Amino acid sequence: MNDDRAGDALAIAAAALAHALREGVTEAEALVMAEDSALTRFANSEIHQNVAETNITINLRVVVGKRVGVASTGRTDDEGLRRLAGNAAAIARVVEELDDWSGLPGPTEIVAVPAGFNRATADASPEFRAEAARAVIAAADDAGVTSYGSFATSLESMAVANSNGVQAGGTRTTSQLITVSMGPDGGTGYAEAAAVDASTIDAAALGREAAAKARATANAVSVEPGDYSVVLEEYAVVDLLDMLGYLGFSALAVQEGRSFAQDGKRIGSDLVTIADDGRDPAGLPLWFDFEGVAKQRVRLVERGVCRGIVYDAQTAARDGVASTGHGLPAPNPYGPFPLNMVMESGASSREDLIAGLDRGLLVTRFWYTNPVHPKLAIVTGMTRDGTFLVEGGKIVGPVRNLRFTQSYLDALAGTVAVGRERKTLKGMLGAVVVPAVRIDGWTFTGTTEH
Amino acid sequence: MRNLTDRALDTATARGAGYADVRVVRRLDESIAIKTGRVEGVASGESEGFGVRVLVDGAWGFASSHVMTDAEADRIAGEAVRIARASATALRHQTRLDDRPPAHGTYETPLGEDPFTVPLETKIADLLAADRAAAGIKGIAFTESIYAAQREWKTFAATDGSLTEQVITHVGAGIEANAVDGDEHQRRSYPDSGGGWGAGGYEVIRGLRLAERAEPLAEEAVALLTAPQCPSGRFTIVLDPSQLYLQVHESCGHPTELDRVFGTEASYAGTSFLTTDKLDDGFRYGSDLVDIVADATAPGGMGTFGWDDEGVAAQSVSLVRNGIFVGYLSSRETAPRIGRQSGGAMRADGWNRIPLIRMTNINLLPKPGMSLDQIVADTDDGLYLASNRSWSIDDRRLNFQFATEVAYEIKGGKKGRLLKNPTYTGITYEFWRSCDAVGDESSYVMLGTPNCGKGEPGQTGHVGHAVPGARFRNVQVGVGKW
Repeated sequence: MNDDRAGDALAIAAAALAHALREGVTEAEALVMAEDSALTRFANSEIHQNVAETNITINLRVVVGKRVGVASTGRTDDEGLRRLAGNAAAIARVVEELDDWSGLPGPTEIVAVPAGFNRATADASPEFRAEAARAVIAAADDAGVTSYGSFATSLESMAVANSNGVQAGGTRTTSQLITVSMGPDGGTGYAEAAAVDASTIDAAALGREAAAKARATANAVSVEPGDYSVVLEEYAVVDLLDMLGYLGFSALAVQEGRSFAQDGKRIGSDLVTIADDGRDPAGLPLWFDFEGVAKQRVRLVERGVCRGIVYDAQTAARDGVASTGHGLPAPNPYGPFPLNMVMESGASSREDLIAGLDRGLLVTRFWYTNPVHPKLAIVTGMTRDGTFLVEGGKIVGPVRNLRFTQSYLDALAGTVAVGRERKTLKGMLGAVVVPAVRIDGWTFTGTTEH
Repeated sequence: MRNLTDRALDTATARGAGYADVRVVRRLDESIAIKTGRVEGVASGESEGFGVRVLVDGAWGFASSHVMTDAEADRIAGEAVRIARASATALRHQTRLDDRPPAHGTYETPLGEDPFTVPLETKIADLLAADRAAAGIKGIAFTESIYAAQREWKTFAATDGSLTEQVITHVGAGIEANAVDGDEHQRRSYPDSGGGWGAGGYEVIRGLRLAERAEPLAEEAVALLTAPQCPSGRFTIVLDPSQLYLQVHESCGHPTELDRVFGTEASYAGTSFLTTDKLDDGFRYGSDLVDIVADATAPGGMGTFGWDDEGVAAQSVSLVRNGIFVGYLSSRETAPRIGRQSGGAMRADGWNRIPLIRMTNINLLPKPGMSLDQIVADTDDGLYLASNRSWSIDDRRLNFQFATEVAYEIKGGKKGRLLKNPTYTGITYEFWRSCDAVGDESSYVMLGTPNCGKGEPGQTGHVGHAVPGARFRNVQVGVGKW
């Protein structure tokens, strides 16, 4: 842990809070998010973009009676914070009351997760990132393919202080390397890793994985769209969890009647168990939310049955329960969100998963997915960077990418095998820990030219 | 401001940069979110900082900070040079920029009514009136209405002597009515899902007349719950501007980005089927009726400015002329590789991001001859699709699939009954080649999106699209199992 940075963030939060209270507001909450992040990007087997950023945002929510106003700034000086408080209070004085405003959350017991911080990542230099890029590129060179990708490292501090006594502060690190390899005939492959400790990411191994797949996808042929059994690699499973989290596991989605989630409702096979756990060291830990509430482990799906949803302070009050620590920065019309989803592993090796396909497709990843019918969780998207026909349990060869239009709930119900290995990957907003899966009945609805 | 930009450029040069530019950006935001007649969120925000971009021996480096001091300018310029030297350890081609005259001057979005001086109470009351009108319709489960305004003060300076100052203001607003019954969830929105956006002042918002549109919109959302499912098959479709603009965005805007063509977005956003050989060969992108331009001078568009973020003056570039692919969105680095000058499409999402090739205003030009109503009247049997619901396209921008909020059956030249859950899919160039009618000026409207994603780390772009309605033949409609 880097307590100095968290302490600095807390001090700024406390100063903003003091300015807010001097405005005569009823309640106030200051959220401080500070980051030093950098990203080295490569394409055509050379570094072409290379960036770094020092940034801070102070988000102030104030309440006058039941009127809520929010303002944000990047200024940390006294005048900037005074103006911030004035702006937020001015908004709160003119908006209408929220009749069911339940107040800002109170303190919860927050225990830091030391595994969420790593010194090597915090100190990662441009030279360190360039070395990793060169390792990926070298692996591609060895395989005769071209390399594309990025390596990001980030040091993030967050602090929340509110007028109910919340005082939360922490610092964490994250890193992510992604790479796409492209063969001379246009075949592509993908590999990715995310970690708290950037030095544990084996850039050369990821480069080899993507390069081998790019080679294996050479001379892909078209297959007819239709229903296939599929093995989804971990990179593709990320999208299932992300989309279901977005569409259904939020308490606000349930309260508004737009979610599929319902306690006790079966939505998956017995093999599907999904939780959200910001404390799981296998992921990228985040131990309190943007309202300063300790994150709870929430069972979302247990052996195929809906068991829970995630709450922030306001949605929790509406249901008469406690926040699970899944609030996002105010104002937040989207509701709480599971940022640390973890899917339980199964018993199958990668080879077992593929061997179980009589005739089906092995999918590396999905691309540009979007809900077509949110409540039924019907989603469309494309396959990308490695799709293969499997017959008799053996990979026959590469196929051109396909479009699918598929209910992700039906996909959970059709899950017949789950991989025993899991990967830590970044998702839409947070991080996920996922295995590969085999699913019976995946509907492909179109093809493309590559 | 000049002190800080001079300081950053001087330090970058002293540390070894052959070229450097610096952007200082202050951004002011205001937003209102209303749900089902309640003001759920009102927020204002400001962000200020600077970013320094350098070329050292042909390698790029960029660093940025929110701390606006001379000392930080030195640190950030030095860091940018260090990063560029790290880039040079994995460099195979030295970057060269095209020649362009140094940029000088100022630009400001023309405003009728400054959105930041309109009282907040007025803006909330206007939005509430529209939202409550929609929420009051029987059968509506929830409504969502949004208003947002953004202003950027942007100073650009470069070691070639360029210095420009711009003030750019964008506004947007919209309403959305949702009806839910069991597993069925139907939505209607106006002017489009995500709102209507443009460059200008509060007069843009007043011009939307949200409150007048709210009740019929909500009634249609409720009616969709019991409407027949849109059929599957090959149909003639007429696209309303509220859907056609996104079709242009996804299937013409993105594939004409020259950085994608050269692979520099391959790890994330993907590449493009519009490879440079197709430019040389006069590739037929669409029918003769299809004329598409990237016009950074178009009034009211969110892609309108004085200079792009590397100091190239705003201009209009033809992308597709009479159906033939003729040009790209380009930059000072990419344009020389096809023997052209930059088309001025480099745009950055704030002070802490590098400029990337982004859409400006990608406009499908209207054609004299038929209004949109006349196109419908000229259609014996087809579907009229309006308001985007979802979008997806492959990583080379060929296979797309869109869903719209609503379809209206067209029979005998008349719009008839509602159909729910419409989707359509196709291959980009086959689709545009099937275009056999483009509406005239009467339906030509400037729309746009404030959330175009690209780049790593992620950037969100504000882009404009002026489009009329248009008709397409033999399109696959109704995809998937319902």
